[in-house]
Amino acid sequence: MDEIQSLLQGFAIALTFTNLALMFVGIVLGVIIGVLPGLGGANGVAILLPLTFSMAQTPGGQTSAIILLSCIYWGALFGGAITSILFNIPGEPWSVATTFDGYPLAQKGRAGHALTAAFTSSFVGALIAVIVITFLSPIIASFALEFGPAEFFSVYLLTFCAFVGMSKEPPFKTIAAMMLGFALAAVGTDPVTGTLRLTFGSLRLLTGFDFLIAVIGLFGIGEILLTLEEGLAFKGASAKLNLRAVIETWKELPRYWLTSLRSAAVGCFMGIVPGGATPASFMSYGVARRFSKDGDKFGTGQIEGVVAPETAAHAAGTSALLPMLTLGVPGSPTAAVLLGGLLIWGLQPGPLLFVEQKDFVWGLIASMYLGNIAGLIVVLTCVPLFAAILRIPFSVIAPIIIVICAIGAYTVNNALFDVWMMVVFGIAGYFFKKLSYPLAPLVLAIVLGDRAEASFRQAILGSQGDMGVFFSNGLVGSITSLALFLLFLPLITLVLARLRRG
Amino acid sequence: MSERSAERPAFRYRTAELAVAGLLFVLGAVVIFDSVRLGAKWGEDGPQTGYFPFYLGCLICAASAINLWQALRIRGEKNRTFVEVGQLKLVLSVLIPSAAFAALIGWLGIYVAAILYVGFFMRWLGRYAWWKLIAVALGNSTFFYLIFEVWFKIPLPKGPIEMLLGLD
Repeated sequence: MDEIQSLLQGFAIALTFTNLALMFVGIVLGVIIGVLPGLGGANGVAILLPLTFSMAQTPGGQTSAIILLSCIYWGALFGGAITSILFNIPGEPWSVATTFDGYPLAQKGRAGHALTAAFTSSFVGALIAVIVITFLSPIIASFALEFGPAEFFSVYLLTFCAFVGMSKEPPFKTIAAMMLGFALAAVGTDPVTGTLRLTFGSLRLLTGFDFLIAVIGLFGIGEILLTLEEGLAFKGASAKLNLRAVIETWKELPRYWLTSLRSAAVGCFMGIVPGGATPASFMSYGVARRFSKDGDKFGTGQIEGVVAPETAAHAAGTSALLPMLTLGVPGSPTAAVLLGGLLIWGLQPGPLLFVEQKDFVWGLIASMYLGNIAGLIVVLTCVPLFAAILRIPFSVIAPIIIVICAIGAYTVNNALFDVWMMVVFGIAGYFFKKLSYPLAPLVLAIVLGDRAEASFRQAILGSQGDMGVFFSNGLVGSITSLALFLLFLPLITLVLARLRRG
Repeated sequence: MSERSAERPAFRYRTAELAVAGLLFVLGAVVIFDSVRLGAKWGEDGPQTGYFPFYLGCLICAASAINLWQALRIRGEKNRTFVEVGQLKLVLSVLIPSAAFAALIGWLGIYVAAILYVGFFMRWLGRYAWWKLIAVALGNSTFFYLIFEVWFKIPLPKGPIEMLLGLD
């Protein structure tokens, strides 16, 4: 068992004092980010990424940096549940499904039970996903070592076609948003020939659009503007979490082991295939309602209705790192930001990472186990503290969040222009979100654009322009075919529905 | 923010859909235009610079054309309110100061601009007492100054006031 040995080595790296301290700092920051409106996993990590630039240059610093950032991600995943249950406001899109049963439970005075159930099942979901990562990723990585440019492009194609086929947004809006992302990534210097393109003589655009700015604007400013429409006041249930409630819930939870397992499976699948945490949580809520014997009571405050979406969301959010580490294809916007971080620190995400940066990879995987344990401890003990943050009036917290976003945008390249771009992206995010243009494929396209284009050009250069290269062997052919199938899935379902009716 | 006039729609979904799809179509056209200028064909040494973006532009235009067409078919009941007048006022009352804040950073530096911005926001939307907003606004900027300039040694934009205080 090579994996176990590598993992133990990883624990040795993750268990230093600095890394443990960073883990707790990351979790606490992450939960705060998850609780605050307008700050979430993706833009929270994006804002804090510049702080790690200098940290990553010290020996072993890259591992510490990824531990800090990934723990912010775990914290944000935990934090989303707090606002959903106590305030009926999903702090994160993936915790929308948690409000269905979590908030009614809180209204009945069982907030403590709901929170414990949410945190514990988040932990279980994440744990299962980390175990999957531990044993599956070395296999995928060694498999992917044989990949050439054509295979890599077909994987990118699969990722993006999966968005079209599996997201609930209209397919043509998904395509428009995604291609806009690719076009934004293409602005600046052509990575192959060095020619300038789409800059229209502007010096500002020489380096292209930075995805971090887009993430901060789209998710941060856009989200604040959306929150504003709902009004300014938050009304919430009180957050009391005593030991009795925790123990009572823990006694009850084993009853839902099947729901947990099913939700974790849905979550892992949706995280690896870039469906993301949000659809995973909805899907597993729906599945749990159909299979549960108390299915009719869902929505009135069932613990099981909290377990299902939370397990799935955390499993999906965690397993989204698997394709990022092994193939360099992130499964979620936050994973995309982390991937951007690796690139900035000078690491090449992809199968070679498992060969050349063993310490980094296994340190990160070990930190996922530890980080989630730390997360569970932090959220169970500090809930009232985090809930108090939401009681700060919006007219105080909103400008402070926007100032944080502005600082984050500025520090990426030390450019004021980026702060203005952030505002522009914020307005775009507001409209896109309201008109259900999906933001995740847009962000992923900005991050992966250059790499996707490079692998595409290398592949067709090798074949002298013959597109047949994407079907030239069994592997690349089947990935491309699967991608095309997913791309046309909305059309196929539409035709089938017509046929059935007609 | 409980004005009853807020029920009135500022504009409806059809308008918003048309505007966004139209804008994306124009952007796609711009991408195509620049790609063709650079050469979007197969050159002597492989695909030219505009090769990949050219198809991106085409896809943006095609998808936006379909979105435009679908937006045109939104009629009657389906044409729901995109944003109410009251909501729009609220959104703009945050957006405009934020844009002003972004513009002020260049003149005054980020710390002073943040003090003005947080203070304005608290007074305008929260109607807080002066001492409260001065405390929060000053405390906020001091906090970030300590974190970025002192702890992480990341210089943020500063203006004439920091210069006077000798902090630059």
